[in-house]
Amino acid sequence: MEVTKKEKPLIVSISPHIKSEESVSRIMWSVNLSLMPALVMAVYFFGPRAFFITAVCIISAVLSEYYMQKVLKRKVTIGDGSAFLTGLLLGMNLPASLWSLNPFTIHVPVIGSFVAIVITKQLFGGLGYNVFNPALIGRAFLLISFPKLMTIWTEPTAAFVALDAKTTATPLGILKEEGVEKLMEVFGDKINLYMQLLIGHRGGCIGETSIIALLIGAAFLIYRGYITWHIPVSFVGTVAVLAWVFGGKGTGLFTGDPILHLLSGGLILGAFFMATDYVTCPSVKKGQIIFGIGCGALTILIRLKGGYPEGVMFAILLMNCFAPLIDRGFKTKVFGAKRK
Amino acid sequence: MGLSTFKGGIHPPDKKELSADKPITEAKPRQRVVIPLSQHLGAPCKSGVTINQEVKKGEMIGEAGGFVSASVHSSVSGKVITIGEFPNAMGKMVTSIVIENNGEEEWTILKDTPDYMSLSPDQIKEKIRDAGIVGMGGAAFPTVVKLSPPKEKPIDTVILNGVECEPYLTGDYRLMLERPMEIIEGLKIVMKSLGVKKGFVGIEDNKPKAVKTMEEAAQGQNNIEVCALPTKYPEGAEKMLIKALAGREVPPRGLPMDVSVLVQNVGTAFAIYEAVRYGKPLIERIVTVTGEGINNPKNLIVKIGTLVSHLIEECGGLRDKSVKVIAGGPMMGFAISSLDIPVTKGTSGLVALTEGEIVHAGDFKPCIRCGRCIDICPMGLMPSMLSVYSEKGFYEGAKEYDLWDCFECGSCAYVCPSKRPIVQLIRLAKSMTKP
Repeated sequence: MEVTKKEKPLIVSISPHIKSEESVSRIMWSVNLSLMPALVMAVYFFGPRAFFITAVCIISAVLSEYYMQKVLKRKVTIGDGSAFLTGLLLGMNLPASLWSLNPFTIHVPVIGSFVAIVITKQLFGGLGYNVFNPALIGRAFLLISFPKLMTIWTEPTAAFVALDAKTTATPLGILKEEGVEKLMEVFGDKINLYMQLLIGHRGGCIGETSIIALLIGAAFLIYRGYITWHIPVSFVGTVAVLAWVFGGKGTGLFTGDPILHLLSGGLILGAFFMATDYVTCPSVKKGQIIFGIGCGALTILIRLKGGYPEGVMFAILLMNCFAPLIDRGFKTKVFGAKRK
Repeated sequence: MGLSTFKGGIHPPDKKELSADKPITEAKPRQRVVIPLSQHLGAPCKSGVTINQEVKKGEMIGEAGGFVSASVHSSVSGKVITIGEFPNAMGKMVTSIVIENNGEEEWTILKDTPDYMSLSPDQIKEKIRDAGIVGMGGAAFPTVVKLSPPKEKPIDTVILNGVECEPYLTGDYRLMLERPMEIIEGLKIVMKSLGVKKGFVGIEDNKPKAVKTMEEAAQGQNNIEVCALPTKYPEGAEKMLIKALAGREVPPRGLPMDVSVLVQNVGTAFAIYEAVRYGKPLIERIVTVTGEGINNPKNLIVKIGTLVSHLIEECGGLRDKSVKVIAGGPMMGFAISSLDIPVTKGTSGLVALTEGEIVHAGDFKPCIRCGRCIDICPMGLMPSMLSVYSEKGFYEGAKEYDLWDCFECGSCAYVCPSKRPIVQLIRLAKSMTKP
């Protein structure tokens, strides 16, 4: 029986033998890219400090992951872009005022990144194993540890600013402390208020202010299929409905301002970029809608009744706990199974 | 009938252009053929020949080994040189009969039946049994067994599978273009054998020419409908096909007969026609030899027992950049370790893959819960959970996620961004549990 001489051995492994182009790196770096418009607008409004804080967060996050993986003797995976993304998201959730030499506050972003990467992600097992959104835990930690520093909001200007900028309050802060009238006093009329909120000309965290820029990035992600409408629409929709029903301050039910709530605070950033984090949200689409509704309800609850003016961060973190349970409850039905 | 398609599925590049326009040509006859006694699902055959025995083309050389079995026949005329263990596509050693080809192409006595449509169902089944016909779509299930469902499960619809959803393969496509009449006649014979009144032919809509030729061949048969289906993998999986054409869902772990349907590959229908009309046993089949790693892709009609190495040589040989050769299609086929294995009744294609296309095992990330696999699983499973449970050794836990309903189409592993070997993990869990 003649045997063919083969110079090169053939690879033998299990089916399927072909793969799609998708990869974890491609997804992570695409999300990083989609956040760039918002970062650019942040620099435009808050000055180079916005870039520097974010850069410190990113560098700290990547270095934290590198050293933690070395210490734990795991494969170093900083190239996949997930630590970069955590750092970027954390940076975008911090006030621009944190870039200050006097008083010195640069250690704050570093600590936040450390908590996000080392404690929330790596100590739980690394990518894929974390229960909570790492950037949000980092931010929550900082808010609780440095409550004053984390609530000094730089006043946005339309030019690159000098080293010390004036401070202001966020629209939601004004709304909570002083009411709608004061908000109108600051912004003039409703239309101007909405326009300013849309562009990002208001106090707030670095990445949350420019709604337009965030939506551009989100549109890119949706176009590429990296996020779907389920969580953002159910999250934002619930906030809108509940804000309309319950948001009226002293004017009764169904008199709230949904648009104000949609455009303020960290809602758009949270609904499109943070609640949609694969690892910490349900993986079944129907469950994602419940998750989004829960996030929206908790956000409004905290905004209207809680002690903080903004509730997105805690809402998402609380719903993160429920994600595995939601997946369990919405387990898919096998093909051909009889409907109960 | 509802042309609903199933939920999920993927769209890998179909790569059919490499061989779609290559008409079927006969593979060069070779010096010898290696015919395994087990090339079908079920009991292996018992050898019916001795060494040095002269055999004619089409002569039975192996008797069916039981009820669920199929006989094998010599694909050439010549002499039996040896009976021994030879490797098959899966690397398993199988008793095989090696026959030296005397080049005469001398057929054994065949029974011609011009009025085949007046045969009784039992007569039809006997001819199919004698011809050793098995499913040509790849599963190689003995056809006569499939055509003998228990009395409690009557069949009312027959579906011919011309979908060929695996990338690269074009054998069924060329057969539908070149021999549509024979395929339709084969369908009619199957319907006659079961007393069935309704027949369908399902073809993916990326093959419009084939839809046309088959529609023309089916003209005048008012109980046969040729349907174009959305191009999606795995549209050709029989449960998916039944849902698309008959609107019925086979129950979990069930068979098509549970919803009164029977599915056959178009190649099998062709072989049935040849067997019933001309008495020809199953001794040859169409094999698409293709891939980016092959110099001249072709659709060849190949005698069973021809070595893969001969076919590769006939197609210009492997290019330097080829790293893997698959028997079957790239989604569910078997990677072969040696080219010196014989083509069997179930070998639908030989695909030579190149470095850029393949997945390297061993280099995978944890599950990031992106949910892509859940969205596309045709069986509605949660492959992410199955892979994680299996990875961590919780094999019994995986059964809670319907582990045994997976038919290993590979769609999940295809889309996974972490490049997890999900099918491998599922097979591991299956090997550690009972259904």
